Amino acid sequence: MKLDATLIYGLLICILLVSAPHADHLLLWVNALCATLLGWRAYLAYSGNPLPPYWLLLTITLGSVGGLLISFHTLFGREVGVTLLILLATLKLLELRAARDAAVVINLACFIIITNFFYSQSIPTAMFMLATLLVIMTTWVHLQTGTLALQPRLRIAAVLLLQAIPLMLVLFVLFPRVQGPLWGLPQDAYASSGLDDKMSPGSLSKLSLSDAVAFRVMFNGKPPRRNQMYWRGPVLWSFDGRTWTPGRTARVKPAHLDKLDDSINASDNNAIGIDYTVTLEPHNKTWLFALEMPTHLSIPAELTYDFQIQQKSAVTSRLRYTAHSQLSYRANVEEEPRQLRRALSIPPDLNPRARQLAAEWRTSLHSDEAVMRAALNYFNREGFQYTLEPPLLGLNTVDDFLFETRKGFCEHYASSFVFLMRAAGVPARVVTGYQGGEFNDLGNYYIVRQSDAHAWAEVWLSERGWVRIDPTAAIAPARVQNGLAAAIPDSAGLPFLARTQLPWLRSLRFNLDALTNQWNQWVLGYNPERQFAFLTRMGMEAVTWQKMALNMLAGVALLVGLLALLMLRRLYVRNTDVAQALYLKFCRKLEKKGIVRAAHEGAQNFAARAVLLKPQYADAINDITARYLALRYSGQADSGALPALRHAITTFKL
Amino acid sequence: MIPEYNNHNGSHKQGHTHVLTTLKQKFRIWLFRPKIESGTVTLNQRRIFILPTRQGLGFAFLLLLMLLGDINYNLSLGYVLTFLLGTTGMMTMLHAFRNLAQLEIRAGRVDSVFAGGMVQFVFHFHNIGTLPRYHLKLRDNNGHSVTFDIPAQQSLEVKLPLPAAQRGWLGTGRLTLFTEFPLGLFHAWSYLEFDTRCLVYPRPAAPLPLPASSAQSGAGMFNMAGDEDFAGLRSYVAGDALPRIAWKALAREQGLQVKQFSAQQGRELWLDWFLLPPLATERKLEILTRWLLDADKQGVHYGLRLPNIELPPEHSTTHRAECLRTLALFGLSGEPS
Repeated sequence: MKLDATLIYGLLICILLVSAPHADHLLLWVNALCATLLGWRAYLAYSGNPLPPYWLLLTITLGSVGGLLISFHTLFGREVGVTLLILLATLKLLELRAARDAAVVINLACFIIITNFFYSQSIPTAMFMLATLLVIMTTWVHLQTGTLALQPRLRIAAVLLLQAIPLMLVLFVLFPRVQGPLWGLPQDAYASSGLDDKMSPGSLSKLSLSDAVAFRVMFNGKPPRRNQMYWRGPVLWSFDGRTWTPGRTARVKPAHLDKLDDSINASDNNAIGIDYTVTLEPHNKTWLFALEMPTHLSIPAELTYDFQIQQKSAVTSRLRYTAHSQLSYRANVEEEPRQLRRALSIPPDLNPRARQLAAEWRTSLHSDEAVMRAALNYFNREGFQYTLEPPLLGLNTVDDFLFETRKGFCEHYASSFVFLMRAAGVPARVVTGYQGGEFNDLGNYYIVRQSDAHAWAEVWLSERGWVRIDPTAAIAPARVQNGLAAAIPDSAGLPFLARTQLPWLRSLRFNLDALTNQWNQWVLGYNPERQFAFLTRMGMEAVTWQKMALNMLAGVALLVGLLALLMLRRLYVRNTDVAQALYLKFCRKLEKKGIVRAAHEGAQNFAARAVLLKPQYADAINDITARYLALRYSGQADSGALPALRHAITTFKL
Repeated sequence: MIPEYNNHNGSHKQGHTHVLTTLKQKFRIWLFRPKIESGTVTLNQRRIFILPTRQGLGFAFLLLLMLLGDINYNLSLGYVLTFLLGTTGMMTMLHAFRNLAQLEIRAGRVDSVFAGGMVQFVFHFHNIGTLPRYHLKLRDNNGHSVTFDIPAQQSLEVKLPLPAAQRGWLGTGRLTLFTEFPLGLFHAWSYLEFDTRCLVYPRPAAPLPLPASSAQSGAGMFNMAGDEDFAGLRSYVAGDALPRIAWKALAREQGLQVKQFSAQQGRELWLDWFLLPPLATERKLEILTRWLLDADKQGVHYGLRLPNIELPPEHSTTHRAECLRTLALFGLSGEPS
């Protein structure tokens, strides 16, 4: 079977549409190769030239696989898999010899759509998917119907999709969700946009633009206040003038979880501790997050000397654990001198002005606590701003920030605060993690997102141990009380749309944002727990997967039955004569002017009477009557007769 | 001992398979109700069968892969896509069924052909509903097929060309009307077997001269001519005698024509089986067919003599049809009159 050129163009468009969203993250040479191959195939279809021989296709295929090997050093993984799939689909187009090959291309196109969801699942992506599906379906119908024109094909495809949408919704809501993943994923399976164990100016403000979920927390009992929700992550000791890193951890006696009770002296009366369950999204790192300070964990993990929780292997699948934390504590009151020395080291020669300021505080003030308060007051009083888009800093990052720009995000404040403390001889370190969380009243849990990423400081005071100090709270208390959005002033580097004060534009933006939020919550966030919560709210008692499956089957059966009724009804519509219906419409028009056709009156007699009553319309009335009679009774009307009658009657006006 | 045992076992097995085949046959008969039908057949749900195609199974496998991917990577939009494709695929089953349902089919008249030609079996399809039917295929068991669409509320005459290999009655056998519309995922079909049949005449032999004269008439063909009244002109045929040529008509530039005389109508030619040399039956019938066609063309009164059958000389279309029919069915048993 020879495939005709229009079908081939359709298939080309399908592959083009499904691979286009990948263009910005595919390798340049892959983009170029695919574009060339598509263009070549279009030319072959246009000119009718024969397809390239197998050996040439094989050479191109092997060549591009070799190219991928050189570029990626592997053929496994998400990125390389997607690239390979797109290349193969494009090459398959050059091997279209029979209807079977076309079917393979269509199946491949369907599969490539899904790979796009690794990168984006937004509302526009969903819209684009629907449009792409319409094109694919239209091409698919073309494959089955051969010569059918584009318009009926498009209609058939649209009907197919529209009928499928309600069924899809039933399946989407009721299909028993399984907590993935089912098997180990390749290393690049997740975009690791999470918290890193390095902190330099800009790293956290970049992260805070991401809406991705870091983890979810459900508290047993009363949740703590928001300004107590510090989710502890990597602790950073070592500073090179720009970047904070954990530093060397060798030869330090590790603190174990069971020993933690000793080191944390729960002397405060209100320290009862708090229990909660964390569902951590995979982040490809070894550390886990817990509320400061953690004492117990339900899964095997190591509590390090600086109160981080570390797993042996990276978290590559969603992880659920329960933890117990003390909100009031004394941490490591007896600290090793070596650790305190580490907590005082700063790179020599850099940031002379900050050193000088710290030295002044040291000489004028008596206690470490007073130095600490002086630094916080400095942030508070000297016109510092909290912003997502801080200006760039030079070589002396701390000096530039403290004395020049005075605009920064939490990493700037934490970094310069710890620097000042160390310069003043107070042991201090940077702690990164998340602060706060968004309460989800539907599922009664908190969502902690990447945008909640935060950095704060800890200073070691004798008798009190490690004490948390959040310098950001000194200049933007709203950040800690109410979250990031409340703390960023409108003008601070937010996008144009966000700054505009036009009321309709603002309301549009808020609506879009609300829509996106609903989308994120209901479509993208429809996981087992949300499904459970939703179905319970819908009145399903004791939700089990069997119940869901039964309900799903019943719902699908009901809908298919309804659709079948609607669809098959048209089979039984017996000869409703279109000509007669049109003629009756013509009669109604005359009736409005008082010319009523009697039940016994034939068309010809009626026309004669009507002409007598309205002689000025004689031509039109006679013409319509003649056309109608010809259509109904002569039995040899051509295909143009009916539209002509319709036209005559619709344009007929009294 | 051992062979006996084996035999026993073998026969047992045979009996077993026999029962199975019988059961299978019975099931098929119950399911498909093979029956030769006449008149108009309406395709109702009892007559339409649907199974997924290979492509449909492949698509289901693809969807399964996609679903695994969705679960593994927690792709919510992936679930949407997978379910959308899945339900679309499922709904095409109804579409395929609807594409066949409530069609009215009746077999039309079939013109006879000579063996070696193609019979055009005619079927009248009537689509009463307001729904166009797309890409229907009518196929016989040997793979000859025709593809067509039927617009809404219209009738269509569908011709299925089948090769006529040998003389005699040719039926269509069981026909399959099927469709894989709209996506080729499901194969919906219905079996049709009408009582329509075509009479296939023997293949005419290569051109041969007519027998010079008939034994019964005793006289030469041309001797009798010229005595009677002039009856008109006809076109010249190679072998016509020179005296018969209408020279005047030639002079009037009306072409080469031959005068015909009424006595020619009485001219008789017997196409006689027994005068043929000993040849195979089919070969003899082919030669007789060739002669018959030539004699008919020349306007000769011809009779046909076969073993046990004798059709007296005549010249008319009904006589021609009768003779061809006799030749076509000669020696074939079970032939209804």
